[in-house]
Amino acid sequence: MKRAVEDTNRRMLRARDAMDRAYAQPLDVPTLARIAHVSEAHFARTFRATFGETPHRYLQRRRVERAMFLLRETGRSVTDICFEVGFGSPGTFSRTFRDIVGRSPRAYRKEATAVGVPTCFTMAWTRPSAPASPSGPVAD
Amino acid sequence: MFNAITHSQIYVLDQDEALDFYVGKLGLEVTADIDMGFMRWLTVSVPGHPERQVLLEKPGAPAMSQETAQQVRELVTKGAMGGWLIFTTDDCRKTYETLLARGVEFTEEPTERPYGTDCGLRDPFGNRLRFTQPKRG
Repeated sequence: MKRAVEDTNRRMLRARDAMDRAYAQPLDVPTLARIAHVSEAHFARTFRATFGETPHRYLQRRRVERAMFLLRETGRSVTDICFEVGFGSPGTFSRTFRDIVGRSPRAYRKEATAVGVPTCFTMAWTRPSAPASPSGPVAD
Repeated sequence: MFNAITHSQIYVLDQDEALDFYVGKLGLEVTADIDMGFMRWLTVSVPGHPERQVLLEKPGAPAMSQETAQQVRELVTKGAMGGWLIFTTDDCRKTYETLLARGVEFTEEPTERPYGTDCGLRDPFGNRLRFTQPKRG
């Protein structure tokens, strides 16, 4: 039973890694479930039980984190950045960004400053937090 | 005061499997493998650099209760345990290709950074590893 939990964790982590790696591509539940070697029916629920948020929400936070990086470090247009990180429309991007970060992409760009530590670290730590949910713990 | 870091540690779930990965795939070498009865002191290092060793420690009794060991194991497999390693390499892309051919799972392909080219992978248990080809300068 305990080994089963470890095995499940590792499978879910593999799917989460795929989102970290290929965040800009369309990653639907069937694709992620295949990577995790579990059935589609169980994937979203198991992922949420493991990391405390749905795979969809995790992927959105990942994309928003990359958008924050590009807003901070480049002069590219908000629309360019929206598509670059994998959103399908500027409207969805702005709404999701504001929902997660608390302000619009343009407002964020005005306030943000670049930081001088290894990128892998800022990628993990500037990723906006998942909101605490009453039905599960905050994501790792 | 201090003049070097000689040992650091990460948790692995199986020391033989860890050897297959860290030595067999990543090309590190065993610096110490001592059966102390209550634990196996197993360290690896970059070839030619035994002055900096990484202890591949299996969480368990008697150092921790079975329940705690199980919690540690679950954190490792969630990718939430600390203790990640960063290596340097002379050629990030070549090393990446070599390891990819050996079946290593990457979390990030070689990417240009202000400080060089680096990429990310996981060990079989969920620990984060990276290697960087530092920019010349």
